[in-house]
Amino acid sequence: MSGHSNMPEWVYIGVVVALLCWVGAEAWNVERIVEHIPEDAELIKVTGQQWFWTFEHEDGTKRIGEMRVEAGKAYRLEITSKDVIHSFNIHDYVVLLDAVPGRVNTVWFAPMEAGEHDIQCREYCGLIHYNMRGKLIVEEAA
Amino acid sequence: MVMELARPRPIWQIMFSTHHTDVGLLYLITSLAFMFMGGALALSIRAELFFPGAQIIGDAMTFNRIFTVHGTTLIFLFILPFASAVGNYFVPIMVRYKDMAYPKLNAIAFWMIPPAGALIWLGFADFTWYATPPYSVISAPGPAADMWIFGLKILGVSSILGAINFIVTILKCKHPDMPISRVPLLAWSFLSSSLIVLVALPTFAAALLMLLTDRLGASGFFNPAVGGDPIAYAHLFWFTFHPEVYVLVIPAIGMMYEIIPRFSRKPIFSASSGIAAFVLLSIVGFASWAHHMYATGMSFTEKTVFMVGTLAAVPASAMHVFNFLATMWGGRIRFSTPMLWAIGGIALFFSAGAGGVVNSAMPLDFVTHDSYWVVGHFHLFVMGTILFGSVGYLYYMFPYVTGRMYNERMGNIHFVLSFVGTVMVFFTQHVLGLFGMPRRVYDYPPIPEWIAMNQIASVGAMIIGVSMVIFLANMLHSTARGRPADLDDPWGLGAKYYYPYERKNPQH
Repeated sequence: MSGHSNMPEWVYIGVVVALLCWVGAEAWNVERIVEHIPEDAELIKVTGQQWFWTFEHEDGTKRIGEMRVEAGKAYRLEITSKDVIHSFNIHDYVVLLDAVPGRVNTVWFAPMEAGEHDIQCREYCGLIHYNMRGKLIVEEAA
Repeated sequence: MVMELARPRPIWQIMFSTHHTDVGLLYLITSLAFMFMGGALALSIRAELFFPGAQIIGDAMTFNRIFTVHGTTLIFLFILPFASAVGNYFVPIMVRYKDMAYPKLNAIAFWMIPPAGALIWLGFADFTWYATPPYSVISAPGPAADMWIFGLKILGVSSILGAINFIVTILKCKHPDMPISRVPLLAWSFLSSSLIVLVALPTFAAALLMLLTDRLGASGFFNPAVGGDPIAYAHLFWFTFHPEVYVLVIPAIGMMYEIIPRFSRKPIFSASSGIAAFVLLSIVGFASWAHHMYATGMSFTEKTVFMVGTLAAVPASAMHVFNFLATMWGGRIRFSTPMLWAIGGIALFFSAGAGGVVNSAMPLDFVTHDSYWVVGHFHLFVMGTILFGSVGYLYYMFPYVTGRMYNERMGNIHFVLSFVGTVMVFFTQHVLGLFGMPRRVYDYPPIPEWIAMNQIASVGAMIIGVSMVIFLANMLHSTARGRPADLDDPWGLGAKYYYPYERKNPQH
């Protein structure tokens, strides 16, 4: 139209598309691995409500605001909510999933080292959303 | 053509006019007023978060109301009306028609905005601009929430009327000698964004009604306690509002397409690739809405589909960036204020897009989702790209609207401070998100990294605040007392580079 070649634009678009394909393929592959829940993962039921978290283990122990796990074990978290949508988040272990009333969402993680980590709510849930926090306590394997 | 200041008219003549430049002026003044109001709320948010603990905002409820109204105001009462202002002024001129296709409808669409704005501001709801159910159904205090719903409802109708008007004006009223391929890119941007509005917005309109009847207890669409599903609302909302993101950004890109070739003194590198990118974006934009919802517990397959849909929208945006750079390449560039804003906008648009690719990659989204990363990311779009393009265009149209010239030095200072401030606030917020700080929080624990980054962001926000005061002073002073502009060539670019549409249009 204006007497110049459009070749550089096609090359540029080709490079952009190639980069996006690479990002997409890599993301697909990593997510596929990350979402595979180990068979021996221990179940913890996580319930969010305004404005605290409740953790129920398979053996019936129930804690509020504090999740106790052992290093080196895999845990499967079944997350739900009693009132509004919350989002369960252990940022240090990249555990993030919404707690939706009427649904159970599943995520897993395996803490490797003993220590303490923050648990927080990442979805706006009302007045005390900013302080809907808890502790993850990872203990040495017994 | 030159505005009322040269030949003063009583205010009511402008208010009850249906002429496109008068309606454009009303849109312009209203949108800028709301920009300053929304910006003031942003400053109070940043001031509150400067230190952990409660500072200047007394309680969490007030804070939650402030960020809700901040977001609602700047998206619906600043960005959209500002685009309508530019479209009203320039689309009829560009397609060489005497007015918008339906002048009365145009005025009606504008006059829906003040009552809607009043409902939103007098109510001051607290459930975020997303009106998240079931919180908005069972917990959010009325009547604020209901007033917000009615306000948004009115704004939705106004948007749809405006979109119809733009589409008809461009497709049916353009000069018969002008083929659609010769319609300037700014008008093309309004055509594509209006088509998106027409397809996307009715979905949210329906969702709002369902939300209202849920709140009244007459239904339970989104309330799990009576068998509803809040995730259904998320789908309806994002089906409208992911494409709506492009409705916000496409006119700003169109404005940059006006500024960049003129101040580079070169034709656009490829107008057809710009048009192709607009059309492509307005179609592909509909395939990506659920990338906002990876963390709601979607299956692997759903996430993959929406990741691919999201990545597919990136090349269209990348084409614009290429087009801008190729237009500037080898041009005799004059770095006047509008050009500075456009170039800054391109740089921040690129950064925002790169951050968006990170969000769309499934495993990385679980790091960034609902953290301050997301706040930084979309503010780079709404502030870095859209506000920068819009403010650049405001300086560009200033002589055209007022017949006077703004103060170039104050314009440059405004740009430098805003650019530095924007980088300080929103780049820092990206990193803050990687450190795990959730968004929409009134207070945060005293983690040293969080405090440091919040303070950098707050200082940046204050710098933007100062720049906006300079901007306001410049606008008010130059409108009243600026030196008269040479309307054939206000920037001394060589006359053929400025306002070529006006001279071809015998109606103006």
